[in-house]
Amino acid sequence: MNIFNLLNTMPGAIAQGLIWGIMAIGVYITYKILDIADLTVDGSICTGGAVCVMMMMRGHSVAVSLLVSILAGMLAGLVTGIFHTLMGIPAILSGILTQLALYSINLKIMGRANQAISARNFKVLISLQYLKGVPWYQNTLLIVSIFVIILIAILYWFFGTELGCSLRATGCNINMSRAQGINTNLNKIIGLMFSNGIVALSGALLTQYQGFADVQMGRGAIVIGLAAVIIGEAVIGRHFRNFAAQLISVAIGGVIYYIVYQTVIWLGIDTDLLKMLSALVVALFLAIPYWKSKFRRNTLKTEGGNQNA
Amino acid sequence: MLKVVGLSKVFNPGTVNEKAALNDLSLTLNNGDFVTVIGGNGAGKSSLLNAIAGTWKPDSGKIYIDDIDVTNMPEYKRAKFLGRVFQDPMMGTAATMGIEENLALAKRRGKHRGLKWGIKNAEREEYRKLLASLDLGLEDRLTNKVGLLSGGQRQALTLLMASLQKPKLLLLDEHTAALDPKTAQKVLQISDRIVEENNLTTLMITHNMRDAIAHGNRLIMMNEGKIILDVSGEEKKNLTVKDLMSFFSSTSGQEFANDKTLLA
Repeated sequence: MNIFNLLNTMPGAIAQGLIWGIMAIGVYITYKILDIADLTVDGSICTGGAVCVMMMMRGHSVAVSLLVSILAGMLAGLVTGIFHTLMGIPAILSGILTQLALYSINLKIMGRANQAISARNFKVLISLQYLKGVPWYQNTLLIVSIFVIILIAILYWFFGTELGCSLRATGCNINMSRAQGINTNLNKIIGLMFSNGIVALSGALLTQYQGFADVQMGRGAIVIGLAAVIIGEAVIGRHFRNFAAQLISVAIGGVIYYIVYQTVIWLGIDTDLLKMLSALVVALFLAIPYWKSKFRRNTLKTEGGNQNA
Repeated sequence: MLKVVGLSKVFNPGTVNEKAALNDLSLTLNNGDFVTVIGGNGAGKSSLLNAIAGTWKPDSGKIYIDDIDVTNMPEYKRAKFLGRVFQDPMMGTAATMGIEENLALAKRRGKHRGLKWGIKNAEREEYRKLLASLDLGLEDRLTNKVGLLSGGQRQALTLLMASLQKPKLLLLDEHTAALDPKTAQKVLQISDRIVEENNLTTLMITHNMRDAIAHGNRLIMMNEGKIILDVSGEEKKNLTVKDLMSFFSSTSGQEFANDKTLLA
């Protein structure tokens, strides 16, 4: 166990963490703002990657490929939104249905289970080979960071607008929102489209980074996204109220997740167990607010008892 | 102003829980009417308000607001005509958003919500003045989250929100029932003032007969989904709680069995 081996993996862990941080920002929009647990993302992250790979293989530029990937992700969000609002299917189930459908669609987009896109043959924007030995302005860490910053700036602006405020209200109190004339169904669809567009962007970036898209690449993505949201909130977010700070903390949550992930691998834990460990960690973090409230209620009860006695 | 014609609604039809909430109910409100609504539990008071607000569609009947047929209009579209305050103080505001953000949301009721800033600086001054008029010390807490406010403060804020964009009809659904008596009186005073200043047509449900007599210019009593009493003007002013009780038992053949009403 050489500590330098671990340190060597850090730039990669940070880059991957930031890419997943983008994905987690998408999850934040549905999970935290709209109060919907959207499982579409397990499929739409792969859709983003698949579309990007196929577009670039057909000679389109990175910019166009990324744009079409985002649109494909938004389309997936639209489908989930329609399932949920127009067809009255519970949000979780709507996401699962779209996710399942996307498995077929992703296979059809790629024509097979995986497609490679190597940095040697294609002009990719980011790659694990661009972490060092390239001019600073081509460094993957820098480029991914710029993506994160631009994304947060756009979302910060959007959620301050009239429409963005009405989206936040929809997630916070749906009855009040309708009473204030907000079209809550439309807002849920918009939120799901935004979220999945962002998730597809992260899938497209991830594909370029790792050099391939795989139909399995989205398995458990929602758990990683939630982990990043929760870790970010616990470590940084809860100390700030500002919305931009919340989003930054989500991105950093992704980075922390991957640093821990690499460290665990370095410690020699069986990699087959990693998904199980991720799931358990997220379950634990989700339980903490529940336990806290239970503990608080108990203490309140005792206090009341003493006063009454 | 408001015209309700032959409104009926049965909940859970064909089951053991079948409940006729509204039974061929008709009601017309004139411009500027402030109507208080009383009745026992399950008389259909809240159902009437929910039908007008569009929470669900009635089985039959029509609802007109200013001669516009709103019977099939979705709740969020109808909202442009209506100001609403609910019984549960949690229900009328967005707890995780600031006081000024809640007001800004209400300011845009019935308006297009686009990509302009959700709250303008000029609005803040207006909100500060309006909040100061409530005399609850909220004017210095514009950016505080609404979740930090007490039930009474939240209801007062919801009243302000309901009237910020002048509604054609204000619906108050037992909006003081969850408050302690002192706070309830304060919120009722604020309601009276807001209704008067804006000359709002108002429908207010209450379970407190004394309040129902003391407020508004017209009183209706409901039982089993119908209106059984409708008095206004001098006749209403001269009503007593005893009158209402004896009328209720003679008309419905039951006692007005509601401790809250008797003890209030």
